[in-house]
Amino acid sequence: MKRGWIIGGAVVIVAVFGWLLFGGLEKNVVFFLTPKELLAKGNDGIGVPVRLGGQVKPGSVKWNAQTLDLRFTVTDGAREMQVHSTGAPPQMFRDGMGVVVEGRAGAGGVFEATGLMVKHSNAYRAPKPGEEAHEKYKTLIQQSTK
Amino acid sequence: MIGLIAHNALLVSLAAVAFGAVLTPVAIRNNRRDWLELVYGAVYANFLLVSVAAVSMIVALVTHDFSVSYVAQVGSRSTPLLFTVISLWGALEGSILFWAWVLGLYSAAVVVLHRRRPGNLVPYAVMTLLAVAAFFAILLVGPANPFLPMSPVPADGPGPNTLLQNHYLMAVHPPLLYLGYVGMSVPFAFALGAIFSNEAASNDWSILSRRWMLTSWGFLSAAIIAGMWWSYEVLGWGGYWAWDPVENASFLPWLTATAYLHSVMVQERRNMLRLWTLNLCVATFVLTILGTFLTRSGILSSVHAFTTGAIGYYFLAFIAIVLVTTLMLVAGNSERIQTKGKLGGAASRETVFLLNNLFLTAVMLTVLVGTLYPLVAEALRGVKVSVGVPFFNRMALPAMVSLLFLMGVGPALPWGSTTWAEARRRLYPPGIAAVIMGAIAVIAGARSIYAILAFAFVGYAAMGNLREFWTGMRARHRAHGESWPTALLRLIAGNRRRYGGYVAHIGVLLIAVGITASSTFRSEREATLTPGQTLTVAGHTVRLKNLWGREEPQRSVIGATMEVLGRNGAVVGTMDPRMNYYRVSDQPVPTPDVRSSIRGDLYINLMAFESSGANATVKVIVEPFVPWIWFGGLVIVIGAIIGLGYGGRTATVPVPATNPAPSYGRSATTQALATNPAPSIASADP
Repeated sequence: MKRGWIIGGAVVIVAVFGWLLFGGLEKNVVFFLTPKELLAKGNDGIGVPVRLGGQVKPGSVKWNAQTLDLRFTVTDGAREMQVHSTGAPPQMFRDGMGVVVEGRAGAGGVFEATGLMVKHSNAYRAPKPGEEAHEKYKTLIQQSTK
Repeated sequence: MIGLIAHNALLVSLAAVAFGAVLTPVAIRNNRRDWLELVYGAVYANFLLVSVAAVSMIVALVTHDFSVSYVAQVGSRSTPLLFTVISLWGALEGSILFWAWVLGLYSAAVVVLHRRRPGNLVPYAVMTLLAVAAFFAILLVGPANPFLPMSPVPADGPGPNTLLQNHYLMAVHPPLLYLGYVGMSVPFAFALGAIFSNEAASNDWSILSRRWMLTSWGFLSAAIIAGMWWSYEVLGWGGYWAWDPVENASFLPWLTATAYLHSVMVQERRNMLRLWTLNLCVATFVLTILGTFLTRSGILSSVHAFTTGAIGYYFLAFIAIVLVTTLMLVAGNSERIQTKGKLGGAASRETVFLLNNLFLTAVMLTVLVGTLYPLVAEALRGVKVSVGVPFFNRMALPAMVSLLFLMGVGPALPWGSTTWAEARRRLYPPGIAAVIMGAIAVIAGARSIYAILAFAFVGYAAMGNLREFWTGMRARHRAHGESWPTALLRLIAGNRRRYGGYVAHIGVLLIAVGITASSTFRSEREATLTPGQTLTVAGHTVRLKNLWGREEPQRSVIGATMEVLGRNGAVVGTMDPRMNYYRVSDQPVPTPDVRSSIRGDLYINLMAFESSGANATVKVIVEPFVPWIWFGGLVIVIGAIIGLGYGGRTATVPVPATNPAPSYGRSATTQALATNPAPSIASADP
């Protein structure tokens, strides 16, 4: 009798816990989508947290240092999507770079970003000639070492 | 040349561990104790040979011997010496070598310390360790061979991953993590050894294994905190925990190890939960291997996942073998392992420990599901998903906050059973601290129910644990006229395991304060400043002085000098958040600057700057109480060290029971006796 109660109680606890767990998962899973996949969802894609992945469209980056307003376009080759974010872009942010943008698509078709990650590749590249920091920031380095 | 020597050393070590593992059961079946000496010899030989390989690697790294593949992969002539040495664990092959080295060290220590113990427990445990060592030796001569010859020999290498050569904590976090992770193979080995040797039904094996678990747990706790600190100091987002899969990988075995450290006490004191405790040993070990698989196989893309390749399949196969073997062994022997102890009253310490294990397991399963779900979803449904931070917070926080409360309840209740009236007498007083802390949190502006409860329960548990010290000290002070410091030291020495546990509790509470306060009361602002402009965040004002640049051998550094202004506008200090541009990478590494005090941190990260020096965009974050997290980590380690100590039998004089009528708040002596069984009588330490 007592054993039955214990087993029954354990089953109930495990069931409730599993139900909570998978219910929580359903609500909090964030899909990784390209602009094409996100736009294909139509209105279902609006307001849902997603990770938008793609490349920064060359020439699309507009960054206002005073208002910290950052706008750029993410493209996957097929479709593209405008992104708006507040805050400085990551230092390595540049045209053609692979990015993952966390946020939600707004009703106006602009993706409001809450987080911005540059895709790191493990096999990192050395900077191109002329792009090296000691070239690019020569003035700063010379000013402070003279 | 050096690569060839090391490679051959690894080949011989594989032969030695395989020989030792196979010889053990043969020796025991034929009752040849002298053959076991050969097994132990194999353990020493393995440690020696892997040491040769590891030291060779360090020499190759330091001498920039690019004919060794691993050096060509992570070495660079411009990298400073410290980071050259520690790039031993900076990439996949080296970290597997380091793992094997640490395992060799632990195995040799087990043999040295326990070889004289009669019975077959230790030989079988050593056999298990050798089998694990064989797996890593196979990796090292196969898919993770760090000593492949390079042809042609490159003149220079790229250097370690830039994120990993940016902060000295990289010399601290990985070794601690490995000492913790690998050490957890020892309790697992004792668990299997106990089954093989038919000793699982006694408590002896857990008395041996729990010290090893506590040692590893101390290292792992320190490693997790050091990893959080590294993330905080290097990644520049002002946080220390993001429920990232690699963080979860270190947290999972910590949870089961913590559960084990509590359940093993119930096993010893109440003769319950033996099967469960044994399973926790196995689970902890499997989770360390799973964690290594997650972080080292390249299945996750992060700074920890170095490569993609066949090595993942080796790990999966190993996990499958371990799971199937141990499940069969445990299932086949469960009748004998099971304990007959009965739960005392509902209001007893073992009840609290059961709940503690229930919640810790629930947190572990939650984190495990959240960590593995993206992998499973991608494998089965072909969709790329990530499990958001809200999942972990919503699912794990309730259990973690409950654990804070239990931490105050457990020490107050005696083993066995007690009356509800007595339980109430013991459990109510810390409630005052809970109400005060909760009220302070609300007044300070906390609105999240979890934050308020966390503060309240921290207050409750802090008083619950400190009261144990206080009543014990007062009893000694009154009974023997000992001075307060002497009373404290003798109290701890009298039952190191118990009071070490309470010290560790206090460390956890400090961490809980740091995490709750810094996530609840964090304020941040980002702005572009020209030199001379100020920015104020939560009462802290900083002013950009100037931007500067500096050349170093391996990198260029751009920094912004920020002046911290006091209330009257005077400069009280300067901070220099920087951006490090390594020669080998087009991606700079941010290096925030942190100014700490006991009340919290002022954290400045340089986000962007004009190359002329005309302006800089900085993010300023005010995070109260963050240093409490690091300090709490230190306290946990101190607690673990106290708990490891031997002694407590003869060092102290028992406190005589002078007053037989317990009444809380009046008779300190009896209170102490009731809650703390007199050390010399009841010490469960062997």
